[in-house]
Amino acid sequence: MFSKLSLMRTGAVALCMALAPLSVSAQTLSKQGDPTPVKDEDGKYFDKSGAPTYNIKPDGTVDWATYSGYRRYHAECHVCHGPDGMGSTYAPALIDSLKTMDYDHFQEVVVGGRQNVGGGNEKVMPSFGLNKNVMCYLDDIYVYLRARSDDALGRARPAKREDKTPVITATEKACLGE
Amino acid sequence: MRRLLTVTAVAACSAFFSAPVMANDGVQKLTEDPSQWVLQTGDYANTRHSKLKQIDTENVGKLQVAWTFSTGVLRGHEGSPLVVGDVMYVHTPFPNIVYALDLNDEGRIIWKYEPKQDPNVIPVMCCDTVNRGLAYADGKVFLHQADTKVVALDAKTGKVLWSAVNGDPKKGETNTATVMPVKDKLLVGISGGEYGVRCHLTAYDMNTGKQIWRAYSMGPDDEILFDPEKTMSLGKPVGKDSSLKTWQGDQWKIGGGCTWGWYSYDPKTNTVYYGSGNPSTWNPAQRPGDNKWSMTIFARDPDSGMAKWVYQMTPHDQWDYDGINEMILVDQEFDGKMRPMLVHFDRNGFAYTLDRKTGELLLAEKYDPAVNWATKVDMDKNSPTFGRPLVVEKYSTEHNGEDVNTTGICPAALGTKDQQPASFSPQTGLFYVPTNHVCMDYEPFHVSYTPGQPYVGATLSMFPAPNSHGGMGNFIAWDARKGKIVWTKPEQFSVWSGALSTDGGVVFYGTLEGYLKAVDAKTGKELYRFKTPSGIIGNVMTYTHKGKQYVAVLSGVGGWAGIGLAAGLTDPNAGLGAVGGYSALSSYTALGGQLSVFTLPQ
Ligand code: HEC
Repeated sequence: MFSKLSLMRTGAVALCMALAPLSVSAQTLSKQGDPTPVKDEDGKYFDKSGAPTYNIKPDGTVDWATYSGYRRYHAECHVCHGPDGMGSTYAPALIDSLKTMDYDHFQEVVVGGRQNVGGGNEKVMPSFGLNKNVMCYLDDIYVYLRARSDDALGRARPAKREDKTPVITATEKACLGE
Repeated sequence: MRRLLTVTAVAACSAFFSAPVMANDGVQKLTEDPSQWVLQTGDYANTRHSKLKQIDTENVGKLQVAWTFSTGVLRGHEGSPLVVGDVMYVHTPFPNIVYALDLNDEGRIIWKYEPKQDPNVIPVMCCDTVNRGLAYADGKVFLHQADTKVVALDAKTGKVLWSAVNGDPKKGETNTATVMPVKDKLLVGISGGEYGVRCHLTAYDMNTGKQIWRAYSMGPDDEILFDPEKTMSLGKPVGKDSSLKTWQGDQWKIGGGCTWGWYSYDPKTNTVYYGSGNPSTWNPAQRPGDNKWSMTIFARDPDSGMAKWVYQMTPHDQWDYDGINEMILVDQEFDGKMRPMLVHFDRNGFAYTLDRKTGELLLAEKYDPAVNWATKVDMDKNSPTFGRPLVVEKYSTEHNGEDVNTTGICPAALGTKDQQPASFSPQTGLFYVPTNHVCMDYEPFHVSYTPGQPYVGATLSMFPAPNSHGGMGNFIAWDARKGKIVWTKPEQFSVWSGALSTDGGVVFYGTLEGYLKAVDAKTGKELYRFKTPSGIIGNVMTYTHKGKQYVAVLSGVGGWAGIGLAAGLTDPNAGLGAVGGYSALSSYTALGGQLSVFTLPQ
């Protein structure tokens, strides 16, 4: 169904629009597997299932995607999900969500959104399929939250990071259409 | 073109109305009667002060819960109920239910109005689906829904008399604010600064819902309703294209300047006052210039909408310091002379005292010593930077540039005070101000604009003000004549509840943990506290029924405070993992919408 490789490469926005109406019902509640990176593609890391993952060195240096995900999360998601993925009075703690949610399911919710209304507690997760500021960084946000969920990363801003590779810069530009 | 009104509703209802009233003496009179509470802000001057004094400093400690009411909604509850005669009107966050409760019959529900709104509007409302309440005038209860539909309800029956559509949620236009009935008009604002909406204040005919005028916060003179020769700023006419000149290219068309705060009115000079919010995006590099008239205090003629004077507090914002907080109108002696004053506690951490007739800047002082992004506001009339904040380079996110994390800025984006309104007691001559004591790191970066999608452009993280009491809030008494804090009561969490002062010498406010507190207006000494079922972000109000004084407040944690503070804040300078569990709001309170009404025992 989903390509396990970065959506960015295939023109994230167009692809995601097509995916938006999918239903969530067929999802299994399972966590993405072992986060150990087995592949490094120009500074982006993937686990053995092909899902994007983090790469955090013993001295705390994080990969670019984790750092970028920290920034994008705190620009696009924290106004509802609270700082550091910790949850709020308004939306669930994503560091807990990822404990029972795999990469595909995560993408599906963010792209298509979800409504849970009625009962005096109206909860709506917007669909971000058309939002380049999210779609072009979806893997980064995932990787950041995955690291947070696994307790591989603490609450504060990552202090040290790998540099942004030219390939990452080029892919980002292409995705944003710049 | 927007569809302005539901044609059928107007046709069906206009027959009921006689000729429009000249001035809304009705509202003015009702606000002078302390037994009722007909506007969110208590009165046109936004003082939130009541002349009631049955409950006083001596007996407030004995206060008891008289009755309670569950709203049936779990989201953040801002604003307060109204009391008109023997009826209390209670509103809720989305779906914006309105209840009319019979005070003669133990709060029995007389009628209930529940609009049908598209749930897609929910996630467009930045930071929870709050609503800051109803207003009453001429037998009508006015509600401005989340989806920007403005409705006039028959106060007796709850029947919709007219409705008007003020904006389009698909473009990011939503509403959280109350409305202001002035004369024969209803003044209405709009939200959407995080979606690149160009915001405005709009006047509707109170009896028909027909749009009379609309004044944008930015754009050409005829759209912002400025007269280049007559609209004044800091003692000078603003001149031609005063807004357009301060933007690059077409950025003003998605420029923000939203009007989601409070509105006040001075009947003596026939002037309305309100503030505008942040310019969008949050990335200052994408919008060079002063970005007028975002972050501005406006004085307008309610009949024509024309601006009399304006004052921009934070030119070219770089921190999200919306200027929408309430404008409190008081007459006090300043420098030995009685002055018609306008007092405003801005998000940017400065409290401003202006002459409300002329817009002359009298005083601008920090109302939290932690404020550090500017050294002061330049008060030298001969200086080229007169009236502007003197920004500290180290804390300038513009100066440090895109993709650079500027650290240790105080206050945080939620401001030294957000919308939670202050009160003014003529008894003490002091203002009572609920404040935040929170700082931030702010990193702006490039964003692209898609209509109807968030347009933010900065990452920020917040933490309690360093080297202080460790808490995230203070409740203070302020002297606007001197620009000085008179007393401070530290609070563990931001104080996100509107204050109420009374002639009983008591000041009331709520806390995020859920306490209703009463303090001595003179000293700040705590006289009473009661823990309500959920955190309080609503505003305290008071009324009498059958000769007895009551104090009422909505509980229901949420809003920006509930989002930012639920999990607690980390101090990045205290090292990884240093979050004290104590700082997590979620360990004190949970969701719940409830009205609590207090009174003295028999
Ligand atoms: C306007 C508020 C809002 C914003 C912004 C938002 N979310 Fe959500 N999100 C929600 C709500 C509310 C829910 C819960 C929906 C439900 O109960 O079904 C949710 C649910 C989710 C879920 C499913 C969680 C679970 O436990 O099933 C994921 C994943 C998610 N959001 C990711 C994101 C990401 C990533 C972003 C930023 C790109 C984001 N959200 C931005 C409101 C928001």
